[in-house]
Amino acid sequence: MLSAAFASPDLWPIICLSLSVSLSATTMAALIGLPLGAALAIWRFPGSRVVVIGANALLGLPPAVVGLALYVLLSHSGPLGALGLLFTPAAMVLAQAVLALPIITALTHRAAEDLWAAYGDALMDLGANRWRAVPALIAMGRLSMLTAVMAGFGRTISEVGAILVVGGNIAGYTRTMTTAIVLETSRGDLPLALGLGLVLIGLTVMVSAAAFAFAGRPTW
Amino acid sequence: MRRFLLPAALVLAAILPAASVAPAAAQQAAITLASTTSVDNSGLLGAILPQFTKESSVSVHVLALGTGQALDVARRGDADLVLVHDPEAEEKFIAEGHGVNRHQIAWNDFIVVGPEADPAHVKGGHDAAAAFTAIAKSAAPFVSRGDRSGTNALELRLWRAAGIDPKSGAGSWYRDIGGGMGQALNAAAAMPAYTLSDRGTWLSFKNKGPLLVTIEGDPHLINRYDVIELDPKKHAGARLDAAHRLAAWLVSPEGQAAIGAFRVDGEALFQPSAASPR
Repeated sequence: MLSAAFASPDLWPIICLSLSVSLSATTMAALIGLPLGAALAIWRFPGSRVVVIGANALLGLPPAVVGLALYVLLSHSGPLGALGLLFTPAAMVLAQAVLALPIITALTHRAAEDLWAAYGDALMDLGANRWRAVPALIAMGRLSMLTAVMAGFGRTISEVGAILVVGGNIAGYTRTMTTAIVLETSRGDLPLALGLGLVLIGLTVMVSAAAFAFAGRPTW
Repeated sequence: MRRFLLPAALVLAAILPAASVAPAAAQQAAITLASTTSVDNSGLLGAILPQFTKESSVSVHVLALGTGQALDVARRGDADLVLVHDPEAEEKFIAEGHGVNRHQIAWNDFIVVGPEADPAHVKGGHDAAAAFTAIAKSAAPFVSRGDRSGTNALELRLWRAAGIDPKSGAGSWYRDIGGGMGQALNAAAAMPAYTLSDRGTWLSFKNKGPLLVTIEGDPHLINRYDVIELDPKKHAGARLDAAHRLAAWLVSPEGQAAIGAFRVDGEALFQPSAASPR
């Protein structure tokens, strides 16, 4: 199985595209979701509960629906068609970022809420204002935040329903690990499909291990 | 210091992959060919298109879809050329004003594959409609694509010719899986069940299990592949010049020779037929 996967000449470009699309999408989602999740823990404003409930509800956002909605938006006959993004890696990044955003936001909020309850007064006593408390909460809870980001990454790297629709699984251009697995299954080459699956699992383990090694141990 | 590591890593992670995706998105203008799984998954397009790209320096992005879906993608303006195999759907596409210049580029045939045990006793026959009647009478499992593909359209025409409404067998022997040819063959191999397949996908399919060819050689089972260009009146935004070059290449002697030379395990999957359409 694994030998079948490693014998495939297209393996490395596919791995590179999978990683770059999913890491880009996760990063976009993290840059929005981490501060948003922390801010939702610090500020209470009319509607903030709705945003939190919404983020939690969207944890189960169906990838096929996200893909379809983006397809309709990005299609040449759709409102954003002039951008020419349909069937490109950029459209895949966008779709996966949409899927990862609620996960990162909801999990960040969960962790930040507890930290704010425990240390919020202390932070304010030390002279921080609420704006400074946002990065402070993220830094304090960075292992929880990292879990949130990695949960988002897990969603993106394993996802196939959305990128198949907006990427088109074009050989050498938008074919990723997951869409290649679907393709090889449909070709009846089950050993190759399974081998690709094992490589994909290995990749996610490596990315996760690297992320946690980099973040280090908690200091509080 | 450490507290800055995670944000720094995030920013770094943002820049690196974005930088690697950007050149891919900005690479030379390519045309999008909406085609069917049978010509792509069999390996035909992967084998012949590099030759076209070398001669024309036009690169081709292939979307492998069912015929119905491929035509829909082109209707919305998201493809520059279509290569499909459902004459009725193609005529509708052209009548709606979306397509022009239809040319047959190749043909092969459809086959009915089924379990070795052959519960409907149809093996060796040459009449698809009669075989469908026998399958329905014996209530032997039959897998339908159910995805508006060219193969699915032919299957429904064959049921009509046999005078049978297959939906009456839904929930028991008639199994509409709503998927591609490969999915249908995987399902048929597992059940096992009969199904209609194009020969190209069948020959390149690697998980045949207990399945074998039961019906072939019926003139109704001919499978024609047509390339259709988009009408510039409706699809001015498409890259029609480059698409026209590909369409012209596919029917040219070079393109036809490339199609004829494509083999899987020594067998020719597609017969070039631009000069004498079937």
